[in-house]
Amino acid sequence: MKTLLDCKKACRVKVLKLNAARELKQRLISFGIMKEAEIEVLEHAPGKKTIEVKVGKMRIALRDQEAELIEVEKL
Amino acid sequence: MKEIVNMQGKACPVIANHIKVALVGQPNVGKSMLINSVSNSHLHVGNFSGVTVDKSEVLFDHKDYHFTVVDLPGTYAFTDYTIEERVTHDYLCAEDYDIIINVVDSTNLEKNLQLTSELLTMSKKVVIALNMSDEADKEGIEVNAEYMSELIGVECIKVSAATKLGIEELIDAVIRNYENDKNESKLIFSEAVEEEIAQIVWYLDKHKYEAKNSYRNIAINLLKNNKKTYAKLHDNPIWTELQPILIEASSHIELHHSSDDIKEAFAEEYASFNRGVVAEVVEQKKQVEKKTLTEKIDNVLIHPIFGIPIFLFFMWSLFQLTFEVGAVPMDYIDAFFGWFGDAVGATIPNDDVRSLIVDGMIAGVGAVVLFVPNIIILFIGIALLESTGYMSRVAFLLDGFFHKFGLHGQSFIPLVTGFGCSIPAYMSARILKNDRDRLLTLFIIGFMSCGARLPVYVLFAGAFFSPEMAGNILFVIYISGAMLGLIAAKVLKLTAFKGADEPFVMEMPKYRLPSVKLIWHTVLTKTMMYLKKAGTFIATASMLIWFLSNYPHNSILEEDYAYKIENAINQEEKVHFENSLSTDLLEQSYLGRIGKFSEPIFAPLGFDWKMSVALQAGLAAKEVVVSTLGVLYALGADVDEENNSLINAISKNISFPSAVAFIVVIMIYLPCLAASIVFTREAGGIKYFFYLLFFTSVAAYGMAFIAYNITKMLM
Repeated sequence: MKTLLDCKKACRVKVLKLNAARELKQRLISFGIMKEAEIEVLEHAPGKKTIEVKVGKMRIALRDQEAELIEVEKL
Repeated sequence: MKEIVNMQGKACPVIANHIKVALVGQPNVGKSMLINSVSNSHLHVGNFSGVTVDKSEVLFDHKDYHFTVVDLPGTYAFTDYTIEERVTHDYLCAEDYDIIINVVDSTNLEKNLQLTSELLTMSKKVVIALNMSDEADKEGIEVNAEYMSELIGVECIKVSAATKLGIEELIDAVIRNYENDKNESKLIFSEAVEEEIAQIVWYLDKHKYEAKNSYRNIAINLLKNNKKTYAKLHDNPIWTELQPILIEASSHIELHHSSDDIKEAFAEEYASFNRGVVAEVVEQKKQVEKKTLTEKIDNVLIHPIFGIPIFLFFMWSLFQLTFEVGAVPMDYIDAFFGWFGDAVGATIPNDDVRSLIVDGMIAGVGAVVLFVPNIIILFIGIALLESTGYMSRVAFLLDGFFHKFGLHGQSFIPLVTGFGCSIPAYMSARILKNDRDRLLTLFIIGFMSCGARLPVYVLFAGAFFSPEMAGNILFVIYISGAMLGLIAAKVLKLTAFKGADEPFVMEMPKYRLPSVKLIWHTVLTKTMMYLKKAGTFIATASMLIWFLSNYPHNSILEEDYAYKIENAINQEEKVHFENSLSTDLLEQSYLGRIGKFSEPIFAPLGFDWKMSVALQAGLAAKEVVVSTLGVLYALGADVDEENNSLINAISKNISFPSAVAFIVVIMIYLPCLAASIVFTREAGGIKYFFYLLFFTSVAAYGMAFIAYNITKMLM
């Protein structure tokens, strides 16, 4: 199983599943992170604590804990 | 009602011609800016999520109508997760309004339509404002507004808040929609969902269920688990038969989407409808460059290695500028108030009244106004950080670090705002969704030295260090305050605020060039606020302190010294007696008595009674600390022309360790009265104020004690 956290910079992936609890899942969906969505990893903050991804045209920052809950496959 | 009555005379006498508009959109789509160009009003428009937390109303007239536009907080989706979303959701569901203007960002249509599609399932009239169409043109994105209107069944108008394009058309469309009946939106779902909807509609129709909304609307709401629709139907006899149909419908849909969450299923439905709409109406004319400008800038500013040093450099430059450039006009202001005091004093014959006005009021207010240049520069810097979008990048860079201390990357925004003024900082802490995270941040904001404390630091830095060093010292003071705050956060997180962390999911908005008008407006408002405080609150406080320091008179002491001064053998002895007279008089004044009474408490920190008094006066407002010291030391100081400035008085009368301890107390202890009130409101109860009072007092005293003794040992 590969998660968004495992992805390197500039990697493009497709979301397979959100393993988050209901509230966080809603939050991710409201930012466009949902099944079938395509995500590009843009940048990692120092220590890979936060990552910046691009969904559609929007840039979103996520913490490592949240990125780990997003199951993805490479495009 | 009052506004309506007031405006009747202006354009139109009929109250029925009043249109109430709810302005809804995702964050950073330029809603507040749109409202600005519609009505020329002046709301604060920022470029990071969460500027509009309270809904604000704007009134204006157009054609035969009175408009009330309610600017609702930006919300990504129709949920209750954040405070903003809750405010918007509650308003849209429960309040009375005529029409929704949904503002969307034309350059990012698919994402924005997510909220739109949810609005379309409400039984309200909607007009869509395709905002930022000028930017879309630049990026080669063409949106076919007519075709889009046709596809989704509501009017879509191209506008640009920045260039004021299409504003008139937008308002006309609102009027048109207000006058006509509502069109049913053409939002369609996948076949599986449409089947279930048809099933429920058929059932409602069969039983001739009476409702204001369309059956389709009710069916969708039922399937989406809308609580209010449920409650309404729950009491109806048809419920017993409807319930099994609903349960089956939901499980079909969930099966179809292989998800156990009906909301997730609907989100996917909306997303695929939106993808369809965007594919039809949006044409990407020229291929955009591989990297947008924002991405190029981000490559540097949020670089894993260079990002943080760059940020620190920005902050350091800001403080240097505050001190260096801010110092230039200070001499002029100082000279002006000196001249003004003399000029006014010459017209007042009565000694006591002259002293009250010149030494009390003018000197006190002058001491505060002196720092206006510094404060303007600091405010400009913070406004720049905010409006360019850099603030979100900093949150991204620092979250890993902040998280270690139990704070949230977004805590950075209120914390940095705290360097300007604690009051907006407390208010901006609302961007933190989790109550525990927000409370923790609220407790820490006070450690970020606000603009009002700057005068104290500038005064002491100037008194003990050379002008070249003062800027660096100032930077050290600010940074160490922030460090102390982080340590305090960790302590609180481990004790009072234990619990799970809030997730960190945040939009990084596009970089935007800050608008001069906007910055000017923000800085002007804040500076005027500061000056207003100087004119009213601080003038009063200075007069009060002047009174307390001049009364009661002691005629025996005065006569005694008058005799001594008269018989002084030389000029030097005369000056000496004059000085000790004013010192003695001050000591037996009301203020002296208060100071003397509390002196033992502050003695371990090396404070004399004057410093104790200044600190206590600072509980009202930090600006008062400087004006109090001004009043106290000016009266006791040498009358000599060359040494009469406050800076010299301080470096002469206060030892270095005491000064360090004094700065530490100023850094940590309770912010001003007004900020304390806002804190209490934002934290949600008076008990939090007492926690804060206790927490800050103990921390301030303890840290000052340590600082005093360490400095003493080192000297």
